[in-house]
Amino acid sequence: MSEAALIETETTAPFGVYVHWPFCLAKCPYCDFNSHVRHGGLSGEDQARFRDAYLTELAGFAARTGRRPVTSVFFGGGTPSLMAAETVGAILDEIGRLWGYGEDPEITLEANPTSVEAGRFSGYRAAGVNRLSIGIQALNDPDLKALGRQHTAKEALAALDIAKQRFDRISFDLIYGRQGQSEAEWEAELKEALGYAADHLSLYQLTIEPGTAFQALYEAGKLKMPSGERAERLYAITQELCERAGLPAYEVSNHARPGSESRHNLIYWRAHDYAGIGPGAHARITEGGTRAALSAIRNPEAWLDAVEAKGSGLEAEEKLSRAETADEYLLMGLRLSEGISRHRLEALSGTPLPDRTLAALMREGLLFCGEDSIKATAQGRMVLDRLILELSA
Amino acid sequence: MDKKSFTPQSHIRNFSIIAHIDHGKSTLADRLIQLCGGLTMREMKEQVLDSMEIERERGITIKAQTVRLEYKAKNGETYELNLIDTPGHVDFAYEVNRSLAACEGSLLVVDATQGVEAQTLANVYQAIEVDHEIIPVLNKTDLPASEPERVRQQIEDVIGLDASGALEISAKTGVGVDAVLEAIVERLPPPHGEVDKPLKALLVDSWYDAYLGVVVLVRIIDGALRKGQRIKLMSTGASYQVDTVGIFRPKKEMRDALGPGEIGFFTASIKQVADTRVGDTVTDERKPTEEALPGFKPAQPVVFCGLFPVDASDFEDLREAVAKLRLNDASFSYEMETSAALGFGFRCGFLGLLHLEIIRERLEREFNIELITTAPSVVYEIYLTDGKMLELHNPADMPDVQKIEHIEEPWIEASILVPDEFLGAVLKLCEDRRGRQKTLTYAGSRAMVVYALPLNEVVFDFYDRLKSVTRGYASFDYNITGYEDGDLVKMSILVNDEPVDALSVIVSRSRAEARGRAMVERLKDLIPRHLFKIPVQAAIGGKVIARETISAMRKDVTAKCYGGDITRKRKLLEKQKAGKKKMRSFGRVDIPQEAFIAALKMDAD
Repeated sequence: MSEAALIETETTAPFGVYVHWPFCLAKCPYCDFNSHVRHGGLSGEDQARFRDAYLTELAGFAARTGRRPVTSVFFGGGTPSLMAAETVGAILDEIGRLWGYGEDPEITLEANPTSVEAGRFSGYRAAGVNRLSIGIQALNDPDLKALGRQHTAKEALAALDIAKQRFDRISFDLIYGRQGQSEAEWEAELKEALGYAADHLSLYQLTIEPGTAFQALYEAGKLKMPSGERAERLYAITQELCERAGLPAYEVSNHARPGSESRHNLIYWRAHDYAGIGPGAHARITEGGTRAALSAIRNPEAWLDAVEAKGSGLEAEEKLSRAETADEYLLMGLRLSEGISRHRLEALSGTPLPDRTLAALMREGLLFCGEDSIKATAQGRMVLDRLILELSA
Repeated sequence: MDKKSFTPQSHIRNFSIIAHIDHGKSTLADRLIQLCGGLTMREMKEQVLDSMEIERERGITIKAQTVRLEYKAKNGETYELNLIDTPGHVDFAYEVNRSLAACEGSLLVVDATQGVEAQTLANVYQAIEVDHEIIPVLNKTDLPASEPERVRQQIEDVIGLDASGALEISAKTGVGVDAVLEAIVERLPPPHGEVDKPLKALLVDSWYDAYLGVVVLVRIIDGALRKGQRIKLMSTGASYQVDTVGIFRPKKEMRDALGPGEIGFFTASIKQVADTRVGDTVTDERKPTEEALPGFKPAQPVVFCGLFPVDASDFEDLREAVAKLRLNDASFSYEMETSAALGFGFRCGFLGLLHLEIIRERLEREFNIELITTAPSVVYEIYLTDGKMLELHNPADMPDVQKIEHIEEPWIEASILVPDEFLGAVLKLCEDRRGRQKTLTYAGSRAMVVYALPLNEVVFDFYDRLKSVTRGYASFDYNITGYEDGDLVKMSILVNDEPVDALSVIVSRSRAEARGRAMVERLKDLIPRHLFKIPVQAAIGGKVIARETISAMRKDVTAKCYGGDITRKRKLLEKQKAGKKKMRSFGRVDIPQEAFIAALKMDAD
């Protein structure tokens, strides 16, 4: 394999477009994503302005990447299920016009399971969305309230039912390790969830992110997080139940029936290219053998003004060094059960991995090294951040 | 120059000021200078010691400074007053002693709102030892909280000085300061040198001046020191030709000669400060004095520690920096040291803990080198079975136990002044540190307790502990009394079964287990969890006396990592990598640098 190929220029490699819709009806206290509360959503007029700006941004990216088939699109947020189906349709049509789609593209949209949003599911399907990712988060109302969610458990399950009638591929999210949640409670909740599961589940252990309402609570001592030992047991329970249900983990927090993995998210974890459209969106584009990291202005209105005035809402562009490119591959790739290619990593970084460290980590049962692949074991994945630090330092 | 043109000794007064920090020494000095029409001491400091930022910050004097004042007394005569400002800290006790030896008397300045402090005591006793006439001065009597009568009584009770003639002043407002000048003339004796005798001068201090080279501060006892004269330093026998002679006003003023009783400086193309030893006798090369001045002793570092650059690539910079500091501070010594744990660095000797801290701070601030400091150690005298004696500066160099006949360690006499209510805590602290009580006396509501203590129990955190158990109300001073037999052992620390040389210490056998336990417990908290469990042990020889285990990390993984913002994760990883780099690796264990010092702090209650 040539070095250039390792980094990625082949147009046959997966290529995704991420679309960020930054608006929410309310801010969830655990969320540190780029989201902005606009009560009642955007007016039709405003939404039209944003739509036009998204289309402008798409054209800008297409001019840089050239024509190559898009294999996946992901509408994330914020709350993309607040978008009008027409807006979604316009963006998907423009992507097709600018790049063209690969065979059987995966088009995912994140949705909140309120009745209003469920009412738009048919429209999204008609606009071209073929996979739904639903933020259910919990299956009981007190916890949903504590998590700042705008829906009840019953409403969420009703939305899931509607989704199942319209879509073949459905994922939903749950957050566990919540305050006061016992291991038995989570086990029962997860078992129930597995009963509703379609082909994919994202199960995130609650983490305190900087700048969130939960962080303030946590620092004030009003939010207790599970100890390391308890967190470990909760994670172990999760792995075991999902595996038994035929939805093994293919990534730290993501479970799928084999073949139903999120192809779009795999682009991030396998370090392929993706465009990023919308306020605060990030992108990675390989140009002339070098990876560029691009990011857009976070504030929606400032982004909109920039796009309208200058034709681009991009804020920063950084050429990644070989070491940085390798670090990103290591950082993302080891999250996957399939692991990474040692050859690709070393070709990216230009330096061999330290054999002694690898041997020690294998001896401790944290790492598995095949002929070319390096994978974290189940035990290793539990302490993956530290493992990555050992390998990259 | 004609002998007759020297200031007659009857019209010279040489004095120093003894005071506790913040009792108003500098303010009084400024006032005296002002009244005699000179620059203030503060202005002078800016000129003379521009680089000694730390010295000024901490309100301490490290280098002796001197100023000559011309004072027209009430009797109509003009007098030459020489004030020597001395280092005020126990670490520089010898320098203080030599500065005092250059004067005939001193002002004892006591804050009338505070009373006598331990440090004042030690310096007063030194002054009494060199036969000073002492004028007690009660400062800050303008403040409502001042109690001149009580403090007067205290001076008599605690020090045993007649305080009936104590002057009441306010250096801040200037009230009473003229009486101080008058008392200096009236009550302090003039010098009694003989101008016809061969030159005999006391080397009070020296420092490096970028323009003049080494500047030597001297007090002429007998004879005269002239420009062009060939002189000899008696301790080394080295001779030089005098280039310049002068006095400080406090600005340098050139002279042709200095006569008996006078204080001034000379330069003589001396290359290094280390060539000029405080307390040495300066004499004429051709016509030397028969007897050197008594009391000379070469500077002797008493506390040693290793200084290592945090970043190994800074080693060459560190080498240059210590050499530069040594140029101007002969009492500081260094030699290269290699540690398995910390790489290349220097084993450095200091006069005491404050001296250590000053040097370390200067290296970090002036030379911008981040340092790891290892545990301070005293100098042990190891008597070997073959009859030889070895001075041990570094626990890592401890010879094989079989070859040791016995070990001696330095002891000090510590004076602690403490308010009643904290006395119990102070006694307990001293007892815990193997102290032997010598005396306990009261002065009003304060106790003055004198303890014999092994220096190795004091060098590390004794002062911090004292401050904490007395909420800062105790004052402390000490002097080294000599060496005593000690039942001492080398305690090693093993991390993940590997000995970490920079953490080994020499301890009293009776305290070994407690200290070992405290150290491994501390290390358990200081070393972060790793991917594997790490045993931390304290051992004497092959015997483990304390053990803790740092359990393996249980869970450390980012739950959510998608949405494409990898930059943030990568930046976080880069930060972690930088943090890991700052730690020292032993096998696969990373030890944070603060662990090397913090692990040795005992009694962390």
